[in-house]
Amino acid sequence: MTTTTGRTDETRPGLNAPAGPTGWTRFSEWLDRHSGQFFITPAVVMILIFAIFPLVASLMLAFTRARIGAGGFKFRFAGLQNFEKQFFGSEQFHFLGTFSAFSLLAWAVMAATTAGIVWWLYRYASTKFSWFGFVGRLITAALIFGIVLMFSATLFSGSPFGTLGVTLFYVFVGCAIQFAIGLGLAFLCSQKIRGRGFFRVVFFLPLMITPIGVGYAFRMLADTSKGPFAPLWQAVGLGDFTWVANAWTARMFIVVADSWQWIPFVFIILLAALENVPRDFVEAAEVDGASGWQIFSDITWPQIMPVAATVMLIRVIEAFKIVDLPNIMTAGGPGIATESMTLHSFFAWRSFDLGQSSAIAYLLLFVTVVVCVSFFNLVVLGRIRQS
Amino acid sequence: MTATGHDLSSRGLWQRLFEPPSINRMAPGTFITVYALLLVWTLVVLFPVYWVLITSFKLPLDVASGPYFLPWVDFTPDLHAWKALFVDDWEDTLKAYSNSIIIALASTALSVLVGSMAAYGLARVQYKPKLGSILIFVAATIAAIIAVVRYGVEWWLAGLVALAVFYFLVLALSRHFKTTLANGDILFWIISQRILAPIVVVVPIYIMFQRVGQLDTHQAIILTYAVINLPIVVWLMYDFFTSIPVDLEESAQLDGATRIMTFTEIVLPLSRAGLAATTLLVSILSWNEYLLALFLSTSKAQTMPILVAGMAAGERGVLWWTMCVTIIVMIVPVVFMAIVLQRFISKGVLLGAVKG
Repeated sequence: MTTTTGRTDETRPGLNAPAGPTGWTRFSEWLDRHSGQFFITPAVVMILIFAIFPLVASLMLAFTRARIGAGGFKFRFAGLQNFEKQFFGSEQFHFLGTFSAFSLLAWAVMAATTAGIVWWLYRYASTKFSWFGFVGRLITAALIFGIVLMFSATLFSGSPFGTLGVTLFYVFVGCAIQFAIGLGLAFLCSQKIRGRGFFRVVFFLPLMITPIGVGYAFRMLADTSKGPFAPLWQAVGLGDFTWVANAWTARMFIVVADSWQWIPFVFIILLAALENVPRDFVEAAEVDGASGWQIFSDITWPQIMPVAATVMLIRVIEAFKIVDLPNIMTAGGPGIATESMTLHSFFAWRSFDLGQSSAIAYLLLFVTVVVCVSFFNLVVLGRIRQS
Repeated sequence: MTATGHDLSSRGLWQRLFEPPSINRMAPGTFITVYALLLVWTLVVLFPVYWVLITSFKLPLDVASGPYFLPWVDFTPDLHAWKALFVDDWEDTLKAYSNSIIIALASTALSVLVGSMAAYGLARVQYKPKLGSILIFVAATIAAIIAVVRYGVEWWLAGLVALAVFYFLVLALSRHFKTTLANGDILFWIISQRILAPIVVVVPIYIMFQRVGQLDTHQAIILTYAVINLPIVVWLMYDFFTSIPVDLEESAQLDGATRIMTFTEIVLPLSRAGLAATTLLVSILSWNEYLLALFLSTSKAQTMPILVAGMAAGERGVLWWTMCVTIIVMIVPVVFMAIVLQRFISKGVLLGAVKG
């Protein structure tokens, strides 16, 4: 379709036309002449129908109010109402959080962030300047500023934050834990030890278990009265404690389950990267008397950095979509403390508020795209350019 | 340490523990630390699995009356949960299980086939789509959606008219479009679809399948999964195809092979390792998918993850024992597939793609 209407400049030298052009040979000739289109059209058509078309339709839905009437949904244009509600209206507490007056800490954080952003933009503008890069950095800076503003008015001023904050918590805290432990395990497994094959297979196991199963397994483990650690909890006098009653422990509980499942992914790829580092480099440094830390930071890390950055990009992209664990482990509770944006959108859909559901989904898409594109341009490409 | 020598007796305890005695041997302290950490993580990984396994053999009473750890020691294993799932409710289990297997296999096959075709095209053919044509297409799509949503036009009519308008506009105008995109742009466009959270597109997809009466069917879920996983396939396979030397294909084409024959007879067999790794990854993702199945299936096409989640929604509280059985039963095909495909997957297949 669209992308394939352009001509392909592929040529096939040396094919002699077959003698009697039957229907089949003519068809295969025709197919071969258009093989460029033949290869790519199915993928493009499928993506257009099931990704691009719904994407546009979803944008339309975000600007409408849907009402259930006789014979299905009735849609009415509502302008920016759905988005306005999330930022300033009745749904503000749900999406951004309950705002309260700035505390001293919030003012300090805001001041530091503003100074940091101004310095960052100034440094870029004064060294190498291009309009494209500057506008891109401006968008990144605006998002960072908005997020810090949101956290300042909620978290740093002592009131709860909404689904945006929760999603960012899952993404950044979860991915940081997964990267740290995944890298550590990969490093341990890359040592010259026996039984590496065994550890590699065992450590891969969590990735094979369905996320729903992981969620329920951790619900059983976390049970402080009937779970396997109950004697331990009772011994320290926490027999009546439940993880899901407190906002922060409930969030950590989900991050732990998510990390348990995804550390293997980070581990397996970083291990392959570590094994790819030439042994002679490391051995030469050892002979020269470099310390373990020096070897890691000067030789190993620069070698595995591009892989590490890409793995984390993949993890960040996937982590923004988190929904199954919060849904089955806490159902978003207590209150809305563990509700991710996907879950928020899903709940809105379940109450037939299609407009709001799409609006939240689009906000999620916007945050994901800005974070991932910034990460890709500033970290992945930046490091590759440096090295 | 004395100033004169490095004899062993003068080494301090710390040095003796943590300084390697030779370049190929590990110091005993490091050795113990490494193994201790690895064993700790082995426990962290295996304990939840062990707990799920023994819970599947527990009576409801054993689950409710406090933690029991060892079968035959502090509780008697019982097959009641396995019996409930495979003897009493075997029809439901079999339905969900076969649904899951059909959907995972078919969607994996579809996305690996379509995705590797696209990846091969991008790796070997120069595409030059015109920016103007793409803009016309987007405009036609938006017009069609507005017509359907605001003015209640039949969806197939709007689609047909939009396609026709697009076709004739491109025929008439394409000579005047100068800006073209290249393969890199198409590749980026396809891969970037992975950023799209399923929740953004699932409501329109739901409405779309509802309009054509295909909700709660295999084909609806298969198609959706195939598209969701397409970016991964294109990304991994593109990297794999570019690493295959082009000479082989050129000589085959000199001998009169068509491009499609080259693809099926030469390129695909050469990329078995990449195909195996991609197939494994994509089939695990489809096998475990939850959110889209929640939207697109209600009863007939229900998949295993939905069945597992359903065990918590019964009126008798969470049925931990049968749920643990289903979790274990869900691991089996994945392990089986991993073992089967393991032979083809060489080390570092995924590494090339990740290196970017």
